[in-house]
Amino acid sequence: MKRLSTGIWADKGGIRSSVEDEGGTIAGRLRGLVPVIGFAMAVPLLHLVLRVAGTEYCLTQLTMAAYYAIVVTGLGLLMGYAGQVSLGHGAFFALGGYTTAVLTTHDFSKWKAATGWLQEAHIMVARQDLYGNQLVTVTPWAAFFAAMAVAMIAGCLIGYPALRLRGHYLAMATLGFGLIVAKLLVGSNLTGAADGLNGVPEWILMPGLVVSGKVPVRVQNYYLACGLLLVVLVLLRNTVQSRVGRALKSIHDGEKAANSMGINTAAYKLKVFLLSAALAAAAGVFFTHYTAGIGPSEAGALKSLRYVALAAAGGMSNLWGVAIVSLALNYFSLRGWFGTYDNAVFGALLILIISLAPAGPLQPAAAWLRRRGWWRNAQSSHHGTP
Amino acid sequence: MGTGDLALQYLLSGITKGSIYAVVAIGFNLIYSATGVLNLAQGEFIMLGGMVAVTLAHYVPLPVAVAGAVLVVTLVGCLLEWSLFRRLPNHSVLHLIIVTIGVSIVIQEASLHIWDEKVRSLPYFTGNEVSSIHLLGAAISPQVLWVLGTITVAVVALHGFLKYTLTGRAMRACSANPEAAMLAGINIRNMRTLSFGLSAGLGALAGCVISPITMTHYEMGAPLAIKGFAAAILGGLGNPMGAVAGGLLVGVLEAVSVSRMPAAYNDVAAFVVLLLVLFVRPHGIFGLPSGQAVREH
Repeated sequence: MKRLSTGIWADKGGIRSSVEDEGGTIAGRLRGLVPVIGFAMAVPLLHLVLRVAGTEYCLTQLTMAAYYAIVVTGLGLLMGYAGQVSLGHGAFFALGGYTTAVLTTHDFSKWKAATGWLQEAHIMVARQDLYGNQLVTVTPWAAFFAAMAVAMIAGCLIGYPALRLRGHYLAMATLGFGLIVAKLLVGSNLTGAADGLNGVPEWILMPGLVVSGKVPVRVQNYYLACGLLLVVLVLLRNTVQSRVGRALKSIHDGEKAANSMGINTAAYKLKVFLLSAALAAAAGVFFTHYTAGIGPSEAGALKSLRYVALAAAGGMSNLWGVAIVSLALNYFSLRGWFGTYDNAVFGALLILIISLAPAGPLQPAAAWLRRRGWWRNAQSSHHGTP
Repeated sequence: MGTGDLALQYLLSGITKGSIYAVVAIGFNLIYSATGVLNLAQGEFIMLGGMVAVTLAHYVPLPVAVAGAVLVVTLVGCLLEWSLFRRLPNHSVLHLIIVTIGVSIVIQEASLHIWDEKVRSLPYFTGNEVSSIHLLGAAISPQVLWVLGTITVAVVALHGFLKYTLTGRAMRACSANPEAAMLAGINIRNMRTLSFGLSAGLGALAGCVISPITMTHYEMGAPLAIKGFAAAILGGLGNPMGAVAGGLLVGVLEAVSVSRMPAAYNDVAAFVVLLLVLFVRPHGIFGLPSGQAVREH
């Protein structure tokens, strides 16, 4: 068993030298666009297939899986590039979702003094709930920003001290944070205790674009979720290929050396942690509006472990692989493909993928395509199995 | 009952639970020392121990059932290492940890299908549900003494094994310096299998003695693994006696918070203390800073 120098939870072998490969030449840049175009083409294609097959209702689970994939992809950046692990990302997802859910369903009409000008500033709105009661609640956009603020404050509170910890100790600290958040959510009446919250209103992003689980807007929500996932992937890919990415790579290769070269490794680690926490919280907000509610199981330790497992199975630093594996496995779970054996299949697949393809299933797939001469790609040839 | 008696009652219940966490933490440490892997399936060994013993107890006397359960689960532990982890020599430690997550899910689901979702338990070893012993004003079940006694004996025996027998010393050599141990003719791979077997057997024993008190359920493994992980971290990874202290501390904290706070928040206090300890001492209470530790964390 290989001993690692900087951290057990770091994916040393998996880091790719894509900075040099893709950044420089025009051909390299074009090659970098292949997955983006491929993804952008696969999304409508999948829709078409489902439509022809008459199973368009599957889009609902695909949409949910796409939001989960955003969390896992952010975690892939943290694990694969910054070499840090977080067993508390379920908590960030839940913090985002619950903040939105509380603010958009709690009736603030008792606070007469404040609600007046807040309504004028479009931060609050008077509306009816499902049972026709008159409520004054925060608007979804304002709740979104509040949720992100809550997640960032929590991220700083836990991230700043925790990122001084190494390996298993960091894993435990983030796990502990997640458990505390989960317990507080279950224990508080404001957050609906064990039942969670429901009746979260739809979120009108702009006229004609609504985040909601209603059937008439199912297709646009599918494209919205996949579009967001694509934007996140492109954003993370650019981050990885920027100055920040090079700094992260140097942290990976040798933290002390990076430090002595004047790279503030602690600051970079915190930034990446906050970025991935923000992605998780944002995904939580969208998810909560989409499913019109959120329950305490979203914050549970098992959810967080599942995110980490999915990120590892996808190949961590291979963000495309992470997104695809997470989309696929979460989709199968949400659709209940394997019935009562769902968890068992998930566990078995996890063992199989990690045992057979530790760098993620995309690497062997690309190698196979290359052997057949179907696809030439400079990235994959640089990659050694860890 | 006075306040002092009540405090003693809570302390005793904390120590009982804490001793189980300590066993999980020792199991973590055994495997961690030998392989560097954090075996997140550790809690499942406790569950399996209880389940197998409950089934065996239908056919054979209780002591035989417990011994049989320990034996079966030890074999399961060895088999896991032999069939899975031994086959993945080039995998990074992180990947192996993720594999243990997969193993834990598979074991849990397999037990759900082998047994069912019902809560089971072994009979009380002596007496029954209502019999109690009065100790310094606190009433305790005789089973608590069984738990504390069995675990104390097991931990002391393990300590003696690691310290005074040739095999035990060889195991410690593997964790201190695998290359040197290999040069000295120690079969590292077998030692790793042994470490999995030992920690599985120890977990199964704990699962049997705790079964009458906390019941055995197919989902009980994960929470135990989390608490045991917390105990191992609190005591400092790679330090078995630290694990005992960490386990007792987590158990007592939990008992105190149950008595002082609403039930829904019962784990919050333990984990807040854990976080504070980690922020002040990043390598656990009894752990050595990374430069001096036996194995890098």
